[in-house]
Amino acid sequence: MKIVVCVKQVPDTAAKVVVEDGQVTWGDAPLVINPWDEYAVETALLQQEAHSGDVTVISVGDEDAKEALKHALAMGCGNAILISDPGLENADSLVTSQVLAAAIQKIGDVDLAFFGRQAIDGDVGVTAAQTARVLGWPSLTLVSAISELDPVSSSIRVERSVEEGRQVVEGKLPAVVSVIKDIAEPRYPSFMGIRKASRAEIPVWSVAELGAEVSDPVVSWPEISNPPKQEVITEIISGGSPAEIAETLAEKILETKVL
Amino acid sequence: MDFALTDEHRMVQQMVKGFAQKEVSPVIKEYDRKQAMAPFILPRMAELGILGICLPVRYGGQGMDYIALGLACEELEAVDSTLRVVMSVHMGLNSMALLQWGTEEQKERFLAPQARGEKIACFGLTEPGAGSDVAAILSTAKRDGDIYIINGEKMWISLATKADHALIVARTDLDAADPHDGLSAFMVELNRDGVTSGDIHGKLGVRAGSTGWIAFQDVEIPAENRIGEEGEGFKIAMSSLDNGRYTVAAGATGLIRASLEASLRYAQERKAFGREVGKFQLVQQKIAHMVQSYEAAKLLYLRAGWMKNQGIRNTCETSLAKWFATDASFDAASEAIQIHGAYGYSDEYDVERYLRNAKGAVIYEGTSEIHQLIQAGYALEYRDNVPLRCELPAFDDDIWQKEQ
Ligand SMILES: Cc1cc2nc3c(=O)[nH]c(=O)nc-3n(C[C@H](O)[C@H](O)[C@H](O)COP(=O)(O)OP(=O)(O)OC[C@H]3O[C@@H](n4cnc5c(N)ncnc54)[C@H](O)[C@@H]3O)c2cc1C
Repeated sequence: MKIVVCVKQVPDTAAKVVVEDGQVTWGDAPLVINPWDEYAVETALLQQEAHSGDVTVISVGDEDAKEALKHALAMGCGNAILISDPGLENADSLVTSQVLAAAIQKIGDVDLAFFGRQAIDGDVGVTAAQTARVLGWPSLTLVSAISELDPVSSSIRVERSVEEGRQVVEGKLPAVVSVIKDIAEPRYPSFMGIRKASRAEIPVWSVAELGAEVSDPVVSWPEISNPPKQEVITEIISGGSPAEIAETLAEKILETKVL
Repeated sequence: MDFALTDEHRMVQQMVKGFAQKEVSPVIKEYDRKQAMAPFILPRMAELGILGICLPVRYGGQGMDYIALGLACEELEAVDSTLRVVMSVHMGLNSMALLQWGTEEQKERFLAPQARGEKIACFGLTEPGAGSDVAAILSTAKRDGDIYIINGEKMWISLATKADHALIVARTDLDAADPHDGLSAFMVELNRDGVTSGDIHGKLGVRAGSTGWIAFQDVEIPAENRIGEEGEGFKIAMSSLDNGRYTVAAGATGLIRASLEASLRYAQERKAFGREVGKFQLVQQKIAHMVQSYEAAKLLYLRAGWMKNQGIRNTCETSLAKWFATDASFDAASEAIQIHGAYGYSDEYDVERYLRNAKGAVIYEGTSEIHQLIQAGYALEYRDNVPLRCELPAFDDDIWQKEQ
């Protein structure tokens, strides 16, 4: 079983992302592996453990993205590849998916490509589906469980969490799978993994090396601004008994006419 | 000079932080109130390899260096001191003493299961009547053919009721001209006949940990359990403290950071006189002091860690790091409460726990007074580093990583 997992380096969840002089900035907050992608790495490793094979982690980004790759290596992935190219600076999800698809093809004989459901910086959540489209593979998104995976018959059955409920879907390999939180708790990197990752020489591929056909971005950001500030007032309601507190709370809610 | 941490170090920080923040932080208040150690802590730290972090792979360890140990301690104590105490006694005071003084056979028998976290280790020096004054130890170990018979009581022992192995110091020569020379060190398996133990309740701090007593009544141990030579007990204990104090210093640095971070959050959130309290200069002064002590404490412990990596004797530097960081952590926690006002005085917030926990560290592993004597002693050249028969081995990547 040959597995690829796609990860992105993003600002930490605790970072204050703001717009300054028309540019998005998160100050000096640390960059981390996209938290959703940790679930994808975990899923890839679980499938590898169950069916043997190898897991390659890839990322489109600049030199910083090597950190995300190293995190995935420390968790247990066997190989890592960074795809970096000055031409990708303004890449939107379409461009990114074309590049990822080309990389997956260059790696060759891939059975499964895992993604997190979305990246917490852009929060677009379509890269997995777009990559599947470019590859011409089935797209199994928002997967909460892999109920069956048979490398012999090249079939996969997953559970998807959708608004209406749980959906069981079957597909043929190779396939693209994006995962949500319920799939499995990501493991911490092991010390042995950390050692391996910190010594790893991560190859860097350019777009030219991939031989990828890359379109111009279709999404551009002509203007961005901070959302209007909201004043939040916190009030703690106390009282002698739960009933009394509930009554005061109900009165307050009615008073503010939110109900 | 290179002040940058390596990728490896940063990943260790992240990993240990992840464990402490995700798994321990949500339940720590509950266990602190219960005065009990959460049952998952030791097995989980074992499973994650933290209990063997800086020991060579061939002894079942994880092959990291001594700086990684310090960084792990900082992250652990940023959540709760009891997590770091585990590393102080299991790793610093016991396992590292075995690495330094143990024979190959003793390393196989005691160190390897400790490094793998299969056995938990503690350190028994203090007695009801002997704390700072180690030469006042009354516990005895009497040689009888191939065995020693241990009698006595150890008091204030971290992990007393959780540990499987204790490194203890007992008197083997009742007539030694200098009572320091009459002490020897032993590894005692705590499931032996005649060993009893219990936890002390009603402590000011480290309530989510175990601190207790261990009593030995005619406990027979094989002579092979003696660490070092007869009469080397005091030296072994002091060299163990060079390692234990390092973990305490690093941990206290984490406690300063936690106090600072809590203060920053609160100062930017709480309003008084129409503005956030962080805008008041007197509050800023407290924050500035915390920043200063955090940065200084960090540099001091990392220097000590670097010296350990190099194999340079660091008794003086480690003592300085421990003294400075623990005193500063107590001040930082106290000022953090002050910044939180009345809310800081309640266990709804973490800062009161930080203060209660910080107080312990200015007492154990050398009280602040003892460290002042040590520092003045070195400065005045009343003290000197006497070379030891066995020094802590310098960190060597290749040797640490070797499987055999
Ligand atoms: C939470 C906790 C955990 C502990 N864990 C362990 C453990 O795992 N293993 C272990 O062996 N011990 C442990 N201890 C014991 C600890 O190491 C001792 O409490 C410490 O060494 C001080 O000894 P003492 O309490 O007997 O105080 P004493 O030595 O009686 O000191 C009393 C006071 O006199 C001062 N003093 C003493 N001598 C001098 C001097 N020469 N000059 C100036 N002032 C002096 C001290 O600084 C102190 O203020 C622990 C203690 C605590 C509180």
